[in-house]
Amino acid sequence: MGNPNRVKAESGFMRWVDDRFPATQMWQEHLSQYYAPRNFNFWYFFGSLALLVLVNQILTGVWLTMSYNPSAEGAFASVEYIMRDVEYGWLIRYLHSTGASAFFVVIYLHMFRALLYGSYKAPRELVWIFGMAIYLLLMAEAFMGYLLPWGQMSYWGAQVIISLFAAIPVIGPDLAQWIRGDFLISGITLNRFFALHVVALPIVILALVVLHLIALHEVGSNNPDGIEIKAKKDETGKPLDGIPFHPYYTVKDVFGVAVFLFVFAAVVFYFPEGGGYFLERPNFEPANPMVTPDHIAPVWYFTPFYAILRAITFDFLGLQAQFLGVVFMGAAIAILFVLPWLDRSPVNSMRYKGWISKVALAIFAISFVILGILGALPATPLRTAVAQLCTLLYFAFFLLMPFYTRLEKTKPVPERVTG
Amino acid sequence: MADNGVNKGRRRLLLGATTVVGAVGAVGVAVPFVASWQPSARARAAGAPVQADVSKLEEGQRMTVEWRGRPVWIVKRTPDMIERTEQFDPARLADPDSEVPQQPDYVTGPLRSIRPDISVLVGICTHLGCSPLYRPGPDDVDMTAWPGGYFCPCHGSYFDLAGRVFRNVPAPSNLEVPPYRFESDDVIIVGEDEETA
Amino acid sequence: MKKQLFALLFALVPVAAMAAPAADVPYSMTPDLNDEASLQRGMQLYVNYCMGCHSLEHQRFARAAEDFGMPQDLVEEHLIFSSEQAYNDQMHIAMDREDAANWFGAAAPDLTLHGRLRGADWIYSYLLTFYKDPSRPNGVNNDVFDMVAMPNVLEPLQGVQEKVCAETDRPVEGAELDPLTGKYQSCDVLQVTRPGSMEPDEFEEAVYDLTNFLAYVGEPSKLHAQTLGPKVLIFIFIFGVLAYLLKREYWRDIH
Repeated sequence: MGNPNRVKAESGFMRWVDDRFPATQMWQEHLSQYYAPRNFNFWYFFGSLALLVLVNQILTGVWLTMSYNPSAEGAFASVEYIMRDVEYGWLIRYLHSTGASAFFVVIYLHMFRALLYGSYKAPRELVWIFGMAIYLLLMAEAFMGYLLPWGQMSYWGAQVIISLFAAIPVIGPDLAQWIRGDFLISGITLNRFFALHVVALPIVILALVVLHLIALHEVGSNNPDGIEIKAKKDETGKPLDGIPFHPYYTVKDVFGVAVFLFVFAAVVFYFPEGGGYFLERPNFEPANPMVTPDHIAPVWYFTPFYAILRAITFDFLGLQAQFLGVVFMGAAIAILFVLPWLDRSPVNSMRYKGWISKVALAIFAISFVILGILGALPATPLRTAVAQLCTLLYFAFFLLMPFYTRLEKTKPVPERVTG
Repeated sequence: MADNGVNKGRRRLLLGATTVVGAVGAVGVAVPFVASWQPSARARAAGAPVQADVSKLEEGQRMTVEWRGRPVWIVKRTPDMIERTEQFDPARLADPDSEVPQQPDYVTGPLRSIRPDISVLVGICTHLGCSPLYRPGPDDVDMTAWPGGYFCPCHGSYFDLAGRVFRNVPAPSNLEVPPYRFESDDVIIVGEDEETA
Repeated sequence: MKKQLFALLFALVPVAAMAAPAADVPYSMTPDLNDEASLQRGMQLYVNYCMGCHSLEHQRFARAAEDFGMPQDLVEEHLIFSSEQAYNDQMHIAMDREDAANWFGAAAPDLTLHGRLRGADWIYSYLLTFYKDPSRPNGVNNDVFDMVAMPNVLEPLQGVQEKVCAETDRPVEGAELDPLTGKYQSCDVLQVTRPGSMEPDEFEEAVYDLTNFLAYVGEPSKLHAQTLGPKVLIFIFIFGVLAYLLKREYWRDIH
């Protein structure tokens, strides 16, 4: 019965299943006989952690929808209803709001790992591109989710971001109005954001996560040495430096999950506002289209790009500064997609790249963090100048990469993984 | 990856311990999600006890208050109505002594009330949830020796003035008596037991 | 492995350690949600002095009563003044928002989330720094809320406070430090010039209680979090230790 080419259990219930569904085959392909390099270090925890946070977001999100009211009149009160009147509603809500920030912490570290060890390079370009698509959609998901509490920051944050579209020449104002569905952000906008946040985007994100994992398991995981472990196999065809993902990395990841959950739970129970960065203070006031809060800052995970947006204060090539800022912000994200083709180095891992690459990555990381800090602060002339410098460094990292990665002297790569 | 030197007992023990603790953790995670389906404080506030002032209720008259979204009838029974109910032939009733727990413990006897003159009933037919009609007089229903009571128009069930169900009607049990207590002679609290007063 | 564990902790800790931004106000207070007596007094003050105008739309009498250990009949007798309101109801006010806007120019804001919006320090300072200012329509001004529209409703308790020239221990903006006495000379020192029914210390305590109550109202779930948090963290820690031992046991195969 079924496909005779599948790996199947000998007999019993699993055999019955395997004749109808490739359960044993999938278990082997993705876990018990998926060979991962034996030298993963702590940077490799964040993939499984991202999956954990995704599950948390979906579960708590579904529960929040049960008590949330997506209308301009009822949204704010319904969040307080969840926080106070629903049994454990406060915990479920904090798990969701803290989970959003945790998602980006984990994702940023996961992405930095890729930069560090060249995980985006051939043959893993599609793994990287699917991952970037997830990141992009996650930003949209988080942005739309942030409108739902209908607080002052929800409202004015959305106002600023939607106005970005209005900066596009010619079609901009009509486009922004089309997104809002009204002349200002209103219950209509809230309703469509709710639908996208709760139904449409999660489905697409889940599909992309599946694609990300299928692509990864097709080519195999990279490792801190950036060596292809499939190049050296024993007589049975197993990579010499590979170990089965299950049980070795499952038990290791379970431990990583425990450490992560400890920190995560500590934040949920004791610092759910994240010092005003996870839940911003003005958001404890209902949205009021007549009064703008003194200082509008996006949530921390958007601030680097917000700083780039604000850094563009000059007209250039006949384009207005406002529009140019949007272009630069978009380009800052878009350029990440082509990263696999910008890196021309013969080696993958930072361990064996030359000093220019190392310095470049360090400068890039520092610039990104500084941009993130600046994006959360009110702009001053000095800060704008610093943001401009950091924006320059941000783009220089990518645009100069084809040159410095090719020119620099790399270290010899070992035959087998180290450590 | 050879098996030599592997302490299988220790490995099994640790695996078991981690699995058990992990399973307990999973149950712990489920607790808030399950508990959040309980009636919220808002629902509980809406289901809170209601007060009814019976001082203006005339003899033989019925008033309706809403408790937990359901109609609760309060009837001030006349001595005649009380007598008709008490003297009614129990053979014609399905549960004349209220053995099915459709009332609080402190509500006993054929009148199914704390005070004989005041009857408190949930006005929902025990058959399929219609609200029966009030037919207090002996001639209000075309039936021999009708003691006065309630008639459900949906499927034709009959109840006497104490909410006791007749034999051979679709409704399976007597009308429910909600928990209630007298705060004073004239004020009834529906939804609160006598003991907690 | 230890190194990795620490690295993982370090990567995640800065998130938890971010301190709340300090508000730029003269006084500070630390709410104590376990001080039931203080919270009870605070609620009493609130319903007597504030709830004429300021609602607590999302706070139920019953929830506060449970959290502060107050019996229902006592709450109904002493804290619920309107016959329209029941024990389980939210702390609404009788005044219609539109009416209030017509009578006072602006409706008094709902204060349920003020403890989180402004912070406890701000509320505490605000309530303490009303002073007499004849140039204002209602005769008072405030140090942390300039041109305030609200009268000093606590004046019967506090008395009349005025700005006078005096010495103070507190660093005041623009004041000079006297190197001999170690005190500041300033003409912006707040002093009670006509006493109210409370001594200044007593009044500060009353304001503490009131602020404490509003801090509680902002986030009542904090009490639950405080009880649940340690248990969850200890449990995860035990799970983590077991998971670590298990991981080490399996990885013997590889190292």
